[in-house]
Amino acid sequence: MDTEKKKSFGEIVINGLFKENPTFVLMLGMCPTLAVTTSLTNAIGMGLSTTFVLILSNLIISILKDIIPDRVRIPSYIVIVATLVTIVQLIMQGYFPSLYSSLGIYVPLIVVNCIILGRAESFASKNTPIDSLADGIGIGFGFTIAISLISIVRELLGGGSILNMVFIPEKYHIMLFVLAPGAFLVLSVLIAIQNSLRRKKGKENVSCDMNCANCNIHKFDKGE
Amino acid sequence: MNLLMLFISSSLVSNVVLSRFLGICPFLGVSNKVKTASGMGIAVVFVIFISTFVTFIINRYLLLATGIFNTDLTYLQTIVFILVIAALVQMVEMFLKKFIKPLYEALGVYLPLITTNCAVLGVALTVVDIKKYPTIKEALVYALGTSIGFLLAIVMLATIRERIENNNIPEAFKGKPIVLVTASLMSIAFYGFSMLNIGG
Repeated sequence: MDTEKKKSFGEIVINGLFKENPTFVLMLGMCPTLAVTTSLTNAIGMGLSTTFVLILSNLIISILKDIIPDRVRIPSYIVIVATLVTIVQLIMQGYFPSLYSSLGIYVPLIVVNCIILGRAESFASKNTPIDSLADGIGIGFGFTIAISLISIVRELLGGGSILNMVFIPEKYHIMLFVLAPGAFLVLSVLIAIQNSLRRKKGKENVSCDMNCANCNIHKFDKGE
Repeated sequence: MNLLMLFISSSLVSNVVLSRFLGICPFLGVSNKVKTASGMGIAVVFVIFISTFVTFIINRYLLLATGIFNTDLTYLQTIVFILVIAALVQMVEMFLKKFIKPLYEALGVYLPLITTNCAVLGVALTVVDIKKYPTIKEALVYALGTSIGFLLAIVMLATIRERIENNNIPEAFKGKPIVLVTASLMSIAFYGFSMLNIGG
């Protein structure tokens, strides 16, 4: 990202939405992607809360990047993100209690979502607050759209309805898709479709090895 | 619930990776060789056990209203737990490096990666439920069951991946999609355990 020339606000947002889509291209934050996509409501709730945390954490971290000493930056990022997640938790508990109880443990687990720490380290700590804000919006909504897509497939095939609108009668429901195995299967097929589209254009398969360990954030731990 | 039942239900019936989707990143990322997978798995068992012990005590005696501060501080759970886990992982790493060299050489590279493994924070946040985990005994059995479930799943996936490495796979499914299909089939197999009627 360092070598690229200056981009406008809109370009950064578009970049996050498509070219660097966190779920389908960067393959970050797989736990919530698989866990909360049983229904579209859950996926949108999760997507928007993650977006909220991501936008604010990007903004705060890029403002504070010159104040935070390099050696303790990861713990500092974790404190900032955990504070924002607690805010989201309290807001959700207060205003959307049913969503909060159906998302359950995955709300506090936004703290360890690789997307947020990954963007803090690879984007917000190197760019201006405005650019980081754009990146947060792009990546956040990219994530929301991606998990909504997965949840639409799962809810439609597994439960036959989307947002309480029934599309498929009950005898044709495939229970597998709302259960755990369906999550892996749907994600796998969606990535394979994307791979075949990329191959037509002569590009490689999606190459991230889904190993959060390889993300830049761990350079800290290796003492670099 | 009987402790043995709790162990079985947390390791097999609701397997941490295959039915609760915690710790997916290392599960998919570090599972291409059985050796690295088992190293990662054992490191996770180790860290989850210690971190659950510490966070359970912190929660009971500091954060709950019945703790020493006499105020309800449970809203601080997320932030306190993640910091404690991050610090603990560093401390365990330093301790092993200094005193138990062979164990450090075996687990060393995996330890720093565990901080962002959501299974660790997930277990810590699950055992705060006083009704289900009234004493530290239940909490530790749950932690052990969950982490052994993780070890089992990641070693199994690595074994399968070593076998299918040179198989003829459709071009578009090469790489991650085939791993996800494998995980899906494993998940179907583990779903069979939910027919064991042991509750929880």
